[in-house]
Amino acid sequence: MSDTETPDDEFEPVQVFDEGETMDLREGADSCYKCTTCDTSCPVAEVDDDFPGPKFQGPEQWRLKRKDDVEIDDSIMSCSNCMRCDGACPSDVPLSQMHNEARASYVENQQSKLSRKYWRNRLLSNYRLMAALGSKAPRLTNFVLGLGITKWVNDRVLGITSERDFPEFAAQTFREWWRERGGNRIQDAEKRVAYFHGCYSNYNTPEVGKALVRVFESFGYEVAVPEQRCSGTPMFANGMLDDADRAAEVNVKSLGRMVDEGYDVVASCTSCSMSLRQEYPELFDYDGTAEVSAATSEALEYLRFNEDLQGAIADADAEATDELVTEFGRMAYHAPCHARNQGLEGQAVEILSELTGVDPEDVGDSCSGISGTYGWKTEHYDTSMQIGEEMFDHMDAVDTETGLTECPTCAMQMEHGTDYEIRHPLEVLEAALVD
Amino acid sequence: MMHDDIVVVGGGLAGTTAAIAAAREGASVRILTHKESTLRSASGLIDVLGYLPDTESATRGPLQNPYGHLDALPDDHPYSIVGEAKIRDAFELFDTLTGDQYLGGHTDANALLPTFGGSMKPTARYPASTAPGLLSRPVDTLLVGFDRLVDFDAPAAADHLEHADVPFDVRGVTVEFPGGFRADAKLTRYVNALDRNEDVDPPNQAAEAIPAREALATAVEPHLENEGRVGFPAMLGDDHAAAVRSDLETLLGVDVFEVPMGPPSIPGLRLQDTLDSALRDNGVRVESGNPVVGYETDARGVLDAVLVDRNGNHRPYHADQFILATGGLVGKGLETNRETAREPVFDCHVDNPPARYEWFSMEAFGDHEFARFGVHPDDHLRPVDETLEPEFDNLRAAGAVLGGYDFAAEKSGSGVSLATGYAAGTAAARDL
Repeated sequence: MSDTETPDDEFEPVQVFDEGETMDLREGADSCYKCTTCDTSCPVAEVDDDFPGPKFQGPEQWRLKRKDDVEIDDSIMSCSNCMRCDGACPSDVPLSQMHNEARASYVENQQSKLSRKYWRNRLLSNYRLMAALGSKAPRLTNFVLGLGITKWVNDRVLGITSERDFPEFAAQTFREWWRERGGNRIQDAEKRVAYFHGCYSNYNTPEVGKALVRVFESFGYEVAVPEQRCSGTPMFANGMLDDADRAAEVNVKSLGRMVDEGYDVVASCTSCSMSLRQEYPELFDYDGTAEVSAATSEALEYLRFNEDLQGAIADADAEATDELVTEFGRMAYHAPCHARNQGLEGQAVEILSELTGVDPEDVGDSCSGISGTYGWKTEHYDTSMQIGEEMFDHMDAVDTETGLTECPTCAMQMEHGTDYEIRHPLEVLEAALVD
Repeated sequence: MMHDDIVVVGGGLAGTTAAIAAAREGASVRILTHKESTLRSASGLIDVLGYLPDTESATRGPLQNPYGHLDALPDDHPYSIVGEAKIRDAFELFDTLTGDQYLGGHTDANALLPTFGGSMKPTARYPASTAPGLLSRPVDTLLVGFDRLVDFDAPAAADHLEHADVPFDVRGVTVEFPGGFRADAKLTRYVNALDRNEDVDPPNQAAEAIPAREALATAVEPHLENEGRVGFPAMLGDDHAAAVRSDLETLLGVDVFEVPMGPPSIPGLRLQDTLDSALRDNGVRVESGNPVVGYETDARGVLDAVLVDRNGNHRPYHADQFILATGGLVGKGLETNRETAREPVFDCHVDNPPARYEWFSMEAFGDHEFARFGVHPDDHLRPVDETLEPEFDNLRAAGAVLGGYDFAAEKSGSGVSLATGYAAGTAAARDL
């Protein structure tokens, strides 16, 4: 039909592709209209010209690999899984889902299972297993991990950068503390939350988990700490989908039971909440996945929508704030990328600024650059630090030595780049609201 | 529970302007925005009106003075609804917010700038980085493109400008961007290299790496004859754009300017950064990443809250006044299917002709009905239903979600967003 011809009234284009195929990403690929907004939001493409950007890694590569003879480009392993492209796309292309699937396919079909990188990545993405072992003798583990020889071996043999110091394991894990405490101190069938603490606040920063328990109890919640595995975030980022799948099965079953009993799920780590909310329904279809996803919130977010948090803060604020000033005072806040995608980037500063003596400043919308396990890899360390440079500069400009963020690995990067002490918003809330 | 005086749905130019205008009236304001602003896809030029909508008339444009032609616009045009004073107030606010980043506020007249295709674009405000390239300046010009950044064909753009009888000589050359970047490096990689003045391999194969700005000047210098200015595609730095340009001017000894480009638009990104800072400075809270999918009303039918979808979880955001600034067909504030066009958040009435083949003209640059699709507001910018009654007493609309104008044909998009955003924001704040 030429441009000027009057169209035939009977002409009706038809739906060519099947609808309702859950894992068919064609619709997502077809939604991409090449506006490049994702590419301009990608922190890796900005510093690494070998990285062809999310638009290629997602819809374009998806199309290319419809042909069986086309392999996944190995640049997929340079994607840090920050998921900024998801938040950028005006057309709802499921970019991170496409990246997760491409990465998993690359690891399964193209990466040698005998290679050093494969085993290094499996080791990093199964941090929970390492941490469980290490926590059996935390002081010894911390000592060994801090040794120069350990770092040298990690760097040369495994490809884990020696530039960073391993996070220390806590003398007592959060779950040990919870057991010792005798579990929850409030029972209320109407107000119940199940805490997904994830690996880091269990093994490394139990003070964050304790803060969550005490803050929620101060609002009258019955807190439960159900059985759980890793949320899967580091596994997605390393293409270890089988590992993530096994962990997800346990988590969905365990949390699903809680949701059935009337619990809502809260997390203190924004990557854990992101994984349960977004990546689980995108990648797995265990019974109850959608219900767990819809019942999951980040902790502050949950309180903000379900409690009069502002009122509680105003009441608390009337009391002594000396402790808050000395312990927290002015802070450089970094919003993790995964918090951003859940719409949580402004809440910590907004809520905590209401406290006299607490003065958090948002250091802007750059990515910290560590992206979980990414910045731990010898070959990505420099890229990670280049991405982080903007955040370091902005943190340096804040007159303080205290940082604030929800994400454990962003916290590592913030500390690594500035030597600031990094706190979690729940710790500030605990100091303000809990006697 | 979340409660603010005003909730603005949409974080583009209109929503941002509405939020800042309302906050400056003393209101507590929150923006709920689904995705990144479409400013990333806009040129970064801020227009009032470049052409009149009547495609037949010889006086269509380019208009020398947009304010002299507002009377010629139809009654349902957003400019006719808000009036000239509000347009001027909105541009005054824009000038205040952008400071010396933008020029053009000294006059009502349109400036003419070169586009990356080599045509002439009338506009009201332009980034300072584009100013030396004004077509009214009779200064011979060299345009420089890069072989791996194919969106800007400098020789073709120069030829096009010559044929448009610009009052100067213009030449275009294509050079290799120094540093040996891979062929498919993203534009932001080049921008970042210049912004941080990274050391890169120089173009003349010398052994020592040199700073990127110096390397770029070295690559361009041999092509420079007697021209008094050099135009590059708009990619000369981000946070330190002024320093990048002034370094290049010093190194080359001539004026250096940027030619606004298509997506991804670096001037658009810079403007977004500036507006983001202005939002922070004015105490506006911004939440992004999730769509507004519905609303709640109270017993009297007054809007009480909008609902944000977070993975199936609907979070209510309460407010006294609401502003709809979700954009048009591109920004997805309007949706179409095979029968109709609709506004998806509040389901406000959208007037469109019944038969789909009447939605468009057969001429690519013809008078397309779909370009004027949108909600229709009353005198207070409240979207009205089929009976011309407001859909809600406390809902206003601003920007491209409004119907009644064809921004692409008129070159009025950013001006309408500013003017209606300003008018909606101030009116909502005064209604509190």
